[in-house]
Amino acid sequence: MTRPSVPKPAGVAQPQVVTLRIDGRDVSARSDETILSVARQNRIDIPTLCYLDGLSGWGACRLCLVDIKGTPKLLPACVTLVREGMEVTTDSPRLQKYRRMVLELLFSERNHVCSVCVSNGKCELQAMAQRLGMTHVSLPYRYPRLEFDSSNDLFRMDHNRCILCTRCVRVCDEIEGAHTWDCRGRGIETRIISDLNEPWGESSTCTRCGKCVNVCPTGALSQKGTAVAEMTKRVTFLPYLTLMRNSDEP
Amino acid sequence: MSLVAVKPSPPSNDKRWKIVDATMRRHGHEPRALIETLHTVQETFGYLDDQALRYVALSLRTPLSKVYGVATFYHFFTLKPQGEHACVVCMGTACYIKGAPQLLEAIGQKYGIKPGQTTADNRLSLLTARCVGSCGLAPAVVFDGEVVGRLDKSDTLARIEKLICAKPAEVQHDT
Ligand code: FES
Ligand code: FES
Repeated sequence: MTRPSVPKPAGVAQPQVVTLRIDGRDVSARSDETILSVARQNRIDIPTLCYLDGLSGWGACRLCLVDIKGTPKLLPACVTLVREGMEVTTDSPRLQKYRRMVLELLFSERNHVCSVCVSNGKCELQAMAQRLGMTHVSLPYRYPRLEFDSSNDLFRMDHNRCILCTRCVRVCDEIEGAHTWDCRGRGIETRIISDLNEPWGESSTCTRCGKCVNVCPTGALSQKGTAVAEMTKRVTFLPYLTLMRNSDEP
Repeated sequence: MSLVAVKPSPPSNDKRWKIVDATMRRHGHEPRALIETLHTVQETFGYLDDQALRYVALSLRTPLSKVYGVATFYHFFTLKPQGEHACVVCMGTACYIKGAPQLLEAIGQKYGIKPGQTTADNRLSLLTARCVGSCGLAPAVVFDGEVVGRLDKSDTLARIEKLICAKPAEVQHDT
């Protein structure tokens, strides 16, 4: 995995002010901002899963797809920069259909059995399915046999519930600076790994800070000792750390 | 606060590490030399084992998990020792449509190995690749580095027989 994924406009030293339209509203923004951040500043909420304020944009989940006039493809708002004169639509029956399809794919890919999950009721995937009105999964479930890593004395990793959003990978790399996590393989075989695909508890780089556990949107990463629906995540540290670090910069 | 970076020493005194070191030196031990370096390791050792990955990661100051991620992302790299001969069946779109899965199945049945495995006698490794760049010749198989196209089951099995009955692979490394 390499970063960062948000491209900087070539040759533009100073970000310029651009104006664009989002859902029929005229807004202005800096040319180095993403559609997602400009939309949210203007109280237009685009659904996201892999995106997390304070981490780099990744574009993994495709839930934030938006329609841009004149572009045949739908583009992920979290990693697409605004441009002068852009006309963005963030909600339409077509977008809703695709977003529900993205969720159905996520649910069918691994074993998301909410009723026996530590994050039941506090899960971002589950909440998103409710919010977007996903009532059923029309694809056959894959029911893969996946591992469970409880070798860490504080936390555990349940691959059955991982949606590969890579928030853990990014927070570990960008905020903690350890880069214990990454993705191995590709496509349907992709897995989150620690170090050289070693048990988490034996990792020589993990600092046991728990940041990855707290940013994980589902029950994939959790604290030991929690039972069904008992895992609450705390993400307030992230805006705080980002703020403190930015204040250091000249 | 300052920590002195210690240059890691090669995992063994195998002379082949010098070749790997040369690649890294040529790129100033920059993290971006990762893929290039893994290529060298793969070519000189035939596969990438944990100690090689660890050595490369430390030398290029790149996280272990990232090195592992790159090594498993590209089909060119293998993490297991290879048998004396390698048979790489292309499973790219063109070859897939033209019957690559049947070739794999035939080989699997005859030698009892799945892709990524090596026979018990260490004579043959079966591997797959995503498009070897010879779509016009689909289905294509690479036998010890030689690309052969338009194969059916019996050609493929005959080629493999020829391969493993020949002398052990010509590439001999002095260890
Ligand atoms: S939030 Fe944009 S792709 Fe996941
Ligand atoms: S698909 Fe086999 S060579 Fe391209």
